[in-house]
Amino acid sequence: MSSTTAPRPKNLNRLGLPMADYKGAPSTLCSGCGHDAVTSQVIKAFYEMGVDPSQVAKMSGIGCSSKSPAYFLGTAFGFNGVHGRMPSTATGAVLANRQLLCIGVSGDGDTVAIGLGQFCHLLRRNIPMIYVIENNGVYGLTKGQFSPTADLGTQQKSGIVNDLPAMDVCSLAIELGCNYVARSFAGDPKQLVALLKGAISHKGTALLDVISPCVTFNNHDASMKSYKWAKEHEELLHQIDFIPHFEPLQTVDYAEGQLIEVEMRDGSHLRLHKTDRTFNPTDKQAALRLLHESRESNEFLTGLLYVNPQSKDFVELLNLVDEPLAQLPQEKLRPKPEVLEQVMREYM
Amino acid sequence: MGISISEQWAGDLPVQPQSEVVNDFSIQVATVNGSGSQSSNNILMRSIFQMGIPVSGKNLFPSNIAGLPTWFTIRASKHGYVGRKKEIDILVAMNPETAHEDVASLEPGRAVIYEEKLKLSDLRDDLIYYPIPFNELAGQVVQDLRLRKLVANMVYVGSVAALLDIDMAQVESAIAKWFKAKQKAIDLNIKAARLGEAYVREKITKRDPFRLKAMNLTAGKIIIDGNSACALGSMFAGVTVVTWYPITPSSSLCETLMDYMKRFRIDPETGKATYAIVQAEDELAALGMALGAGWAGARSMTSTSGPGISLMAEFSGLGYFAEVPGVIFDVQRIGPSTGLPTRTAQGDITSLYYLSHGDTKHVVLFPCNMEECFDFSIQAFDLAERLQQPIFVATDLDLGMNNWMAEPFTYPEKPIDRGKVLSAEEVERLHGFARYRDVDGDGIPYRTLPGTHHALAAYFTRGSGHNDQAKYSERPEDYEGLMDRLNKKHETARNYVPQPVVHHVDGAGVGIIAFGSTDSAMEECRHQLFSEYGIEAAYFRIRALPLTHHLRDFVHAHKRVYVVEQNRDGQMADLIRLELDGAESGKIRKVVHYKGIPIDARFVTGKIVEMEEA
Repeated sequence: MSSTTAPRPKNLNRLGLPMADYKGAPSTLCSGCGHDAVTSQVIKAFYEMGVDPSQVAKMSGIGCSSKSPAYFLGTAFGFNGVHGRMPSTATGAVLANRQLLCIGVSGDGDTVAIGLGQFCHLLRRNIPMIYVIENNGVYGLTKGQFSPTADLGTQQKSGIVNDLPAMDVCSLAIELGCNYVARSFAGDPKQLVALLKGAISHKGTALLDVISPCVTFNNHDASMKSYKWAKEHEELLHQIDFIPHFEPLQTVDYAEGQLIEVEMRDGSHLRLHKTDRTFNPTDKQAALRLLHESRESNEFLTGLLYVNPQSKDFVELLNLVDEPLAQLPQEKLRPKPEVLEQVMREYM
Repeated sequence: MGISISEQWAGDLPVQPQSEVVNDFSIQVATVNGSGSQSSNNILMRSIFQMGIPVSGKNLFPSNIAGLPTWFTIRASKHGYVGRKKEIDILVAMNPETAHEDVASLEPGRAVIYEEKLKLSDLRDDLIYYPIPFNELAGQVVQDLRLRKLVANMVYVGSVAALLDIDMAQVESAIAKWFKAKQKAIDLNIKAARLGEAYVREKITKRDPFRLKAMNLTAGKIIIDGNSACALGSMFAGVTVVTWYPITPSSSLCETLMDYMKRFRIDPETGKATYAIVQAEDELAALGMALGAGWAGARSMTSTSGPGISLMAEFSGLGYFAEVPGVIFDVQRIGPSTGLPTRTAQGDITSLYYLSHGDTKHVVLFPCNMEECFDFSIQAFDLAERLQQPIFVATDLDLGMNNWMAEPFTYPEKPIDRGKVLSAEEVERLHGFARYRDVDGDGIPYRTLPGTHHALAAYFTRGSGHNDQAKYSERPEDYEGLMDRLNKKHETARNYVPQPVVHHVDGAGVGIIAFGSTDSAMEECRHQLFSEYGIEAAYFRIRALPLTHHLRDFVHAHKRVYVVEQNRDGQMADLIRLELDGAESGKIRKVVHYKGIPIDARFVTGKIVEMEEA
């Protein structure tokens, strides 16, 4: 990608497109749903990064979260498949056309319950895509049952207590080899948009676990996935700045240990400014330790948990031709008659 | 134009031979799974093939890596019959576990070649016995005990060759072909075979009537299995994304495909792959990946067997309803549940046709031989993209894993058909498009592929209700309209699928319908019906679902129609009845074979005669 320094018309991104081109159909989710807040940041991130919507594939499974791809990037292709199986359809789409920028949106039921197996194998393969979990701890469309990320001891509106421990997708993702793992909160747009931009720049699976409260079934006082609880408990691991590859990188002076800078493979940079806590997200062991500790102490930490921009993704591993497989002409797909003759002789 | 059976088979009526039976018998080798008998059995079969005699080989093996009994049957047939022959004429008994039972199952007058130590000759006095010290002879070739077991198998090849007059030069060339460039193995095995041959020549007097004489009926032909044929077809179809999960008896389809793709589908300029092959975590993921790839414009496929088909049900419905192409090979085995993983059946007919909940109807192709395994695989990819839906190719263990003689495959004449795909330029010219609108009246809409550079090209694919613009819709008329159009597409498919093959017989009152591997027994069966019972039968071979209008004509033209298939319930017969009105439907009679071993002509003949005489 070439960087541009020419002044750009106001309200248009580097492709000359307005923000409106990144919007989708009006949301049919409940008013105030965390998922709509995530949708807004997806629109913003893709607009500001100047991603061509026609080159985006939006993938999802089933559930409230899985509806949201209809609400952003209306001119991008979308595939809303079956419950818990978005990882497989996304894998197929990416293999067919490696030039697509793939974003999958899933929920905690879709990913961690019915879809846990496919989720694990997607991470293990390092499929190049952005995987957003809109995590609210409940099944919204079927009216409020607990999902596997519901916190131990949390309550449904009816008073039913969850007596099983929550599954933590971030530590699972790190264990399985994911190289971009972040946790965020739908009520923290600034952090979320930076993490989404980082995910757009990342090669390989970028996992964003976004706490996204369900205003209808899980936003009450006894919930640990409510706006109130998250706002009161959110603790930032760092302040994040994202500097895209097409903008000049200003050098900054920081005291030793105050800033961690991560260069992505596309030339973009993530700048992580130190908060009260000292944490280095390029250290996998430290990230796992931190996640384990925060679970014990019931902390809600957000930010970039682990990043390794230099990983090899599945498309590279398979050594695929540069041109999308879907677009290869017959000459590349059907071996010549001599090949068939040769093979037939081997069977004679 | 029909011909009468008497013309077709004039002068070829079977005589019950007393003195000599030439090129018309079957050999069964009983061994232990994992003992290395695969090499020797294939070499034996190939030696006969190289003598110009039509031959077929069937491996009856257990679901086990090593230790359980396995049987390999080789049939030589001057008539070119390649189905299983019910009677075993020559038994090679190498497995102590099953030897007594194997001997007990023979018809009188048959020959038993066996390891001397098994002492089988006291079991019955109406058989011809040839005891041979295979292990001892093998010991003359190698000392190592483990190797000796393997070599003993090649000793019986030599002995059988001597007893049946198989040309040793052919045995030796078959050994060389099997072991390719491994000269040491070739030398060792030739030595073993020669020892087995010499022993028979010196010590044994032939007392059975079975022998082989060179013919010229196999020149230019190949021997191949159906999984390899489907793999080759897929490669020449231009498959780009292959996603699969291991399951017997389909695994070798994708494994063979991997080998060929590595050889012939690496871009010579860049050294990079023009395909992706992924071993998925299960069959759900395998089909999910295939459909994701098909949606994004790849020619995609998966292969599986019954249990995998069950797991693919939900995604199959998505493919049908959201109109996403993909090819699914089902190498059928015995079900339900785990069933018998290494035994053959045609038991997935109904489940394939209706796979998934709601009103779902699929297209299923039924190749009956190796040439069709190759051709239909290519057609399946074209049909998937032309019809924009999953296409099933249903073979079975018998076709997929056994060795069959075939004509060399024909290079596809027609170019690859990508179906109704609009480019960015076409979208521009049309000022957009409606993804699910029936523009041409054939029920098949137009699609664009993800990544098409145009603001109006994109659409949202979903398994939920949608209107013709691909927008979410719960309106009754949208759903009804969509389902009616899918039905219209199904009607269109009747004309696009491989059409049936019909053998008319003037004046025949009896018609027979079969499909897939069952076809291998049908010519022989019709010959038996005519020559032994005077029953002339016409034959209709189904090659695909949905069924075509020819079916009604065929049933109409006959008084009684026997549908022969390898499942308990007569699944195809039931689907046929659905296409017929009441009176015609009453003509349908079921002939079902569900033992797990491939169907044989004698069984079918017996059933038809029984019902004809009732």
